[in-house]
Amino acid sequence: MMRIVKGNEAAAIAAKLAKPDVVAAYPITPSTDFPEKIAEYVANGELPHTQFIPVESEHSAMSACIGASAVGARACTATSSQGLELMHEMLFIASGMRLPIILYNANRALSAPINIWCDHQDSISARDTGWIQFYGENNQEALDLMLMSFRIAEDPRVLLPAMTCIDAFICTHTFEPVDIPSQEEVDAFLPPYKPTHVKLDPDEPMTLGPFGVPEYYQEMRYAQHLAMKNAEKVIDEVFEDFKRRFGRKYSKVSPYMIEDAEIVLITLGSVSGTTKEFIDKMRKEGKKIGMVKLTVLRPFPSKELIPLVKNARVVATLERNISLGYGGAIYADLAGTLINEEKRPLLIDFILGLGGRDITFKDMEEIIKVCEKLVEGERIERPVWIGIKKELV
Amino acid sequence: MKIEPGGAIKEPGSSIAYKTGGWRTFKPVIDAEKCISCWICVGFCPDAAIEKTEKGKPPIIDYDYCKGCGICANECPKNAIEMIFEEK
Repeated sequence: MMRIVKGNEAAAIAAKLAKPDVVAAYPITPSTDFPEKIAEYVANGELPHTQFIPVESEHSAMSACIGASAVGARACTATSSQGLELMHEMLFIASGMRLPIILYNANRALSAPINIWCDHQDSISARDTGWIQFYGENNQEALDLMLMSFRIAEDPRVLLPAMTCIDAFICTHTFEPVDIPSQEEVDAFLPPYKPTHVKLDPDEPMTLGPFGVPEYYQEMRYAQHLAMKNAEKVIDEVFEDFKRRFGRKYSKVSPYMIEDAEIVLITLGSVSGTTKEFIDKMRKEGKKIGMVKLTVLRPFPSKELIPLVKNARVVATLERNISLGYGGAIYADLAGTLINEEKRPLLIDFILGLGGRDITFKDMEEIIKVCEKLVEGERIERPVWIGIKKELV
Repeated sequence: MKIEPGGAIKEPGSSIAYKTGGWRTFKPVIDAEKCISCWICVGFCPDAAIEKTEKGKPPIIDYDYCKGCGICANECPKNAIEMIFEEK
């Protein structure tokens, strides 16, 4: 059924269709619609078996989800920016205890200065927490990725928490047509969560989260690494099954016009749409530009990326984040992925669109100019900041 | 014993499976000639890793659990326990 919904609602509908046992959330702009919608579904009797816990902080939200998941419940939450940061230490607890909690994150800038608009710094800062990370381009992807994330996270070969990240306002508050699957279709796609590895039960007691001494800690981290490796395969399987059932195709990396591309732009989230349009315009002018959109950031899709980008002259990452004192986070992952390839492109990272600043064709033209200089052999100091008003700093 | 995903422990009393002897840098070694079987070391061992035997024989140190703290060597009235550096 097609409906016109906001990105936040699309994600909430996905959560509703997954029939979670527990949703614990604390409202934060711009993801607030999510807990509001869940509270509404519960109040209306649409989610008769869901316990909605309006907690007093995001730290508590994640803690409540951890407790719920530890008794075998399907647990889910939503947050953004400062909220994700307040959860930060609990994110590690969730992944370390191998609890497949599902989180919806509205990508928003971090304070200070306080800013509620689109920026990827929040979830980028959480990329080492052991959570699977999906980035959606639009509201349909918000719904679909959220839905798939339950099945991927709960797969016995994975058992890791997963977050679906959607751009603040650009998607969270924009109304778009979204194809909403029926409950029957979703029930057939997503079986109930029945864990055996962790399940607090007075009749069959077990100890969770015990002391991990040096003799065991490293093996437990290694097990998480193996689970991430397994997730690579499981993500492909679930994407494939989703396509078969719902007709929409997903892949960890989505190339656009890359066959003969000399310059390839790497994108994350909503800017992918703008980039595709920009490429169409550039192609008419005879410029060989392509794009690869990353839908999955953790596990990092190295294997899929290498063949797509290795023949380009320049690969440029569009980064709505900055690892201060270094550069773009995706650049670092990509550089590490390509460094041992015999044939590899030049790489450069562009920092832009921070704190909700729009990314425009003008910005992209500037990016292409810098890339062309690189092709001509000029040395460029990276990262390159786009659209900086020099008179202000 | 395999580690469960998430490190859940399903068997009670499993701390016995954790051999803390791996923490040791110096290993206490009893000189049977000097030992007078007074069992002072047995009482002082914070890990209960030294076991009484019989009069005239030295006690037995359980190296699976001895962390090498050296209290036994310090307390021994006859200096019968030597702490020897252990290479790993």
